[in-house]
Amino acid sequence: MEYISLFVKSIFVDNMIFAYFLGMCSYLAVSKNVKTANGLGLAVIFVLLCTLPINYLLNKFVLQAGALRWLGESFADVDLSFLSFILFIAVIAAFVQLVEMIVEKYLPSLYASLGIFLPLIAVNCAILGASLFMQQKEFASVGEAEVYALGSGIGWYLAIVALAAIREKLSYSNIPAPLKGTGIAFITVGLMGMAFMIFMGIQL
Amino acid sequence: MAQKLKDTILNPILKGNPITVLVLGICSSLAVTVQLKGALVMALSVIAVTGLSSFVCSLLRNTIPNRVRIIVQLVVVAMMVILVDQILKAGEGTYAIDKQLSVYIGLIITNCIVMGRIEAFALGNKPIPSLLDGLANGAGYGLILVIVAFLRELLGSGTLFGFQVLPASYVPNNLVILPPFALILLGCIIWAHRAYDKSLQEK
Repeated sequence: MEYISLFVKSIFVDNMIFAYFLGMCSYLAVSKNVKTANGLGLAVIFVLLCTLPINYLLNKFVLQAGALRWLGESFADVDLSFLSFILFIAVIAAFVQLVEMIVEKYLPSLYASLGIFLPLIAVNCAILGASLFMQQKEFASVGEAEVYALGSGIGWYLAIVALAAIREKLSYSNIPAPLKGTGIAFITVGLMGMAFMIFMGIQL
Repeated sequence: MAQKLKDTILNPILKGNPITVLVLGICSSLAVTVQLKGALVMALSVIAVTGLSSFVCSLLRNTIPNRVRIIVQLVVVAMMVILVDQILKAGEGTYAIDKQLSVYIGLIITNCIVMGRIEAFALGNKPIPSLLDGLANGAGYGLILVIVAFLRELLGSGTLFGFQVLPASYVPNNLVILPPFALILLGCIIWAHRAYDKSLQEK
């Protein structure tokens, strides 16, 4: 039951885009049509699902204050948490590069449709942001971290596909010239964010 | 030479502004602009990080293998961000701001401006121009950040840097403090910028 409420909460209430503005750069750059948005969204879900548990274990057994106790009592008061940025981003970048190489070698058709987005994901704030929020929220188990990863990934996916669909429609409307393209996209996202705010009061 | 240097510094602030023209580094620019103080600290942190990491990556540009360059760049950037984070945590007055900015200081690592400048400029240029380019891009980012934060704090709470500016009878507009309004405000800034400079308009 706890898992379900965490899942729903991370999709709607704590939506990566509308509540925290994470992954905004690629969100705006790659949302011009639904097909590519779909590819990037799926890639984000996949990378989140794989990197968050690794970072969770890293945080629990290496970085937290006292996490190194399993090495012996003399390590009990070592606090490496100031290293978390560098380790998290190294895990994410290494993982993304690894996935890129594997996909390129064994699944060329998937690489053709997804390939360009994979390197982009290493610098997608939503991935690093999820790891940092995971550290802040202090989840009890790997399972919870995994559910959080799935939920926030799906939330991001929904947001990018919705914006792409709206922008496809918008290209036929008559918009003042200076506002075309980026400007109107910002305002659209703002309005979508307001719509998403109805979920904010929900207690789960 | 002097002309080129001047372009390197001025271009990112006006004509090639990272936020309004290149649409990079949006994530943090929206989340930290509720108050002017936080936005200013964030802007200075980003200026320091872009400048220093461009400088270091430019020094290393001939030794980084092409295949693993993203990891190397990220490690350099992460090191700079850790330095900034630790300095903010250590300062007497800045500790509270660091708490308020929470994960967004860490997210400077994935701020596309930093990576974008390293990829586009620092890897092909000498260290000193790269340093200036990084600083100028950080400044272009900081300028927009401060404008948005100024408007949001003024209209949202009637204060600037925490001091009451508007008369006490002003009813704070809560909509302005909410996250979506930052996007709409940024959309309007882009609108104004492109109405002024017609060459930037999209077809």
